[in-house]
Amino acid sequence: MNACKKASFLMSKQLDTPLSVFEKALLTLHMAMCNNCKRCNHQMRSIHSLCQKRHTESFDNDNPPT
Amino acid sequence: MPASALPYASQFEALRPKLIAFALLQVSDRGHAEDLVQDSMVAAIESISSYSGASQFDTWVYSILRHKLIDYIRRLKREKQHFVTDDHEISMDSMFDARDHWNQDAAPSHWKNPEDLHLRSNFWETFDFCLLHLPSNTARVFALRELMDLDTAEICDCLDISEQNCWTILHRARLKLRSCIEKGWFLKEGAT
Repeated sequence: MNACKKASFLMSKQLDTPLSVFEKALLTLHMAMCNNCKRCNHQMRSIHSLCQKRHTESFDNDNPPT
Repeated sequence: MPASALPYASQFEALRPKLIAFALLQVSDRGHAEDLVQDSMVAAIESISSYSGASQFDTWVYSILRHKLIDYIRRLKREKQHFVTDDHEISMDSMFDARDHWNQDAAPSHWKNPEDLHLRSNFWETFDFCLLHLPSNTARVFALRELMDLDTAEICDCLDISEQNCWTILHRARLKLRSCIEKGWFLKEGAT
């Protein structure tokens, strides 16, 4: 349950929806012990926020026709 | 083409294949994808005067296409032509061992300042390459979520899949992308 595969599922899920308290605790606990997952989490988050920036940049500045 | 659009003519041509590749993530019929791209370019040309130039020209044309693709997907939904099945195209077996821990050669490497990835000249190029090499259903869901900014509830509704299924597909997509981007760099520039 608390292995890297499950942890990586939760770090992906938290980019789409808030985790339950239990899920959050599992993930935090796991990352405290696992450097690979800590890295993976940081990288997934960075890719996610860059994607957000990539498309919001255009909407903030221009109003494209539909 | 209005005179004000002329300076963009060569950019349009350079952009066209990329737009078609992007549209093909959502539209399986090539002719239809080309039509949507054509429509987007026409819309961009017609409204070139409303383009303030504040954002990148490419990004602006992409955003027009994005609207057209979302319309297309919603229309498909109304017509009940669902096109995502529960695919198990991506196997994660090679990433994790029998105890679900990272396999040594799949474990994430250290990236210097992941927040500044986009400052690397080839980041988006690598990203797009990796996205286009994901299995089609996985790429479709990922693009809807991350490049077209739909939330998972909306994606599930449009594609008629469960939210759990959607999270599973996104999980696979993100793992594969992360790994592909990392490999892309190690091949191109060696370890950084």
